[in-house]
Amino acid sequence: MDIVQLTIDNKKVVVEKGTTILEAAKTIGVDIPSLCYMKLEDTNFENKPGGCRVCVVEVEGRRNLAPACKTECSEGMTVNTHSVRVVNARRTVMELILSDHPFECLVCAKSGDCELQSLAQKLGIREIKYTGAKSTYKGDESPAIIRDMDKCIMCRRCETACNDVQTVGVLSAINRGFESVVAPAFEMDLDHSTCTFCGQCVAVCPTGALTERDSSSKVMDAIVNPTKTVIVQTAPAVRAALGEEFGMEPGTSVTGKMVSALRKLGFDYVFDTDFAADLTIMEEGTELLDRLSKHLAGDKDVKLPILTSCCPGWVNFFEHQFPEMIDIPSTAKSPQQMFGAIAKTYFADQLKQKREDVVVVSVMPCLAKKYECSREEFAVNGDPDVNISISTRELAQMIRNANLNFEALDDEDFDKPLGESTGAAVIFGTTGGVIEAAVRTAYEVHTKKPLERLDFEELRGMEGIRSATIDFDGLPINIGIAHGLGNARKLLEDIKAGKSEFHAIEIMACPGGCIGGGGQPYHHGNVDILKKRQRAIYEEDKGKVLRKSHENPFIQKLYAEFLGEPCGHKSHELLHTHYYDKKKKIEI
Amino acid sequence: MANIKLPAAKVDELKEVCKKFDNDGGELINVLHAAQEMFGYLPAEVQELVAEELNVSVAHVYGVVTFYSFFSMIPKGQHPISICMGTACYVRGAEKVLDEFKKHLNVKVGETTDDGKFSISCLRCVGACGLAPVVTVGERVYGRVAPEDVKGIIEEYL
Repeated sequence: MDIVQLTIDNKKVVVEKGTTILEAAKTIGVDIPSLCYMKLEDTNFENKPGGCRVCVVEVEGRRNLAPACKTECSEGMTVNTHSVRVVNARRTVMELILSDHPFECLVCAKSGDCELQSLAQKLGIREIKYTGAKSTYKGDESPAIIRDMDKCIMCRRCETACNDVQTVGVLSAINRGFESVVAPAFEMDLDHSTCTFCGQCVAVCPTGALTERDSSSKVMDAIVNPTKTVIVQTAPAVRAALGEEFGMEPGTSVTGKMVSALRKLGFDYVFDTDFAADLTIMEEGTELLDRLSKHLAGDKDVKLPILTSCCPGWVNFFEHQFPEMIDIPSTAKSPQQMFGAIAKTYFADQLKQKREDVVVVSVMPCLAKKYECSREEFAVNGDPDVNISISTRELAQMIRNANLNFEALDDEDFDKPLGESTGAAVIFGTTGGVIEAAVRTAYEVHTKKPLERLDFEELRGMEGIRSATIDFDGLPINIGIAHGLGNARKLLEDIKAGKSEFHAIEIMACPGGCIGGGGQPYHHGNVDILKKRQRAIYEEDKGKVLRKSHENPFIQKLYAEFLGEPCGHKSHELLHTHYYDKKKKIEI
Repeated sequence: MANIKLPAAKVDELKEVCKKFDNDGGELINVLHAAQEMFGYLPAEVQELVAEELNVSVAHVYGVVTFYSFFSMIPKGQHPISICMGTACYVRGAEKVLDEFKKHLNVKVGETTDDGKFSISCLRCVGACGLAPVVTVGERVYGRVAPEDVKGIIEEYL
């Protein structure tokens, strides 16, 4: 390994050749201010266009200041990160950036959680000396994401997320000079583009240029409406991250406090998407075993591998980009939609209410869920199965609005019956979790023997693409896992080329799975936060008495009383869906 | 954006061009040059086709098309007017000539008149600085153009 020795702020540093000044400084505890730069360790996200020039430092013997994020260390280099010249330049750069930024901080959705704002604070900017034109651009509101390009600082992080990490390719810098802006092709709205609404652009945006569509006021309107029964369901990844919004240590599981807060906010029933995750396993697991047994019996038409279908960003991705493969994913609806379908039939019947009078709200770590619940096929006579989907961040805001002291809340339990769940459902929140949950049930259903161990370490981790072979009592099942759509694309290309050896593949659109979703508290580039959330999820699973979906007594009751059998007639009607070819055709 | 139908023969020709450049995304600018020559401009459908053939995103293609002023998404007029804005022409009043064209035709630079007859663009030096300011209409070159000549030039083509 080649190493170089240099001096940063009078301290000797030894680093591997190729290390940037920014990274080298970090190793001795010097945090050089930066803005456009972002690197997510363990994922292929690295954004360093060197465009903002906030990270400039003085390198002895060099005439110009050097951007620390792009300048590699060299032998004997002497770097000063806080000379008067550097500090002045940094402030000037910042003032210039701010001179083309709206001064709307007080009412901006990102206020208090904005990297531009905190940097301005850190650098002590108190006036903007530069006046002149401000760039303006049309607004864009989709069901999930709002683009306000007036607040864009051209850091290009969203482009890196969309193009390099997710390979969705919706965003690009267009036009030039002062007119340049990040936008979809032909400046169309996101809604008309091939956007999957995964929200990874929102997750990395340093300013308020990209935010979620806030639906929390709609939720409050429903709660105060006396004619409506308002039900809430919460996704597994929410409980592993919500605490961060209230200053709690990342990785703190706040399930009980979250339930308590939801009850105090006025929801009539506090239920759990985890219940529907158990239901998903019953349906998806059965479908897997069905396809597998047909395949083993020599049926050439059966489609393998089966792909999971819980993730709406992923569903959008293959509908747009791999329409020739829309018959491969499981037809099982996502847990959010299964929950809605059961809540508006089985549970509404129990309440003796019309489905229109029941409002289903979901709290999701996800922005694509907002789009998913608005899909036409998930409504009956115009009444959606899930009425409103809000993000983890929006729930946190509702809790703040209600002036609840979150950390001091007592732990409470979900309501029954749709609040009962197993450990298998909790792990849906992380990459590898859905397939592990499916394995736990499919193994026992297939072999009719109890599993000796429940923790499938070989399916866990943060690697972008993972694989493992699980022994189903003599039958080896090859399992693939991908998170991040760029990784998913690689597995799909293999299937397309007939090279895939897998029987089942789990795909989640966001790096890390739902714990890293576009609706989660902002990680600001710290991937450790995702790992801590992942740990919290597995801990929660371990703490559960029941850890296999088919052992959930309320799931068993639901099948006995209402659904019949998994993948039966009623299940197909309520819990399965189909996919559409959304590829744009060029007219010839 | 109104969808236009691309003639099948031209589609094949364009695919052939892409192939000539090994369907390499790095050759995007060269392919766009050829496409613009073929179609006269770069409508959305052409950009989509190029994106698909070169396996790059349409957004990326559009980004390149909007970055370079040479590329246009508007069909050129029957008589494309170019005003030279090179140094020599500029100092001898090319901008006043340009303003006059814009006023008479009621279009901006890069646009085409509603009847499709004229379009205005600017260029940098046609190598006839001795004739500054220079205007070209199609293949024809007009030298030492004064603002009061503009009306007459347009009328030649009506």
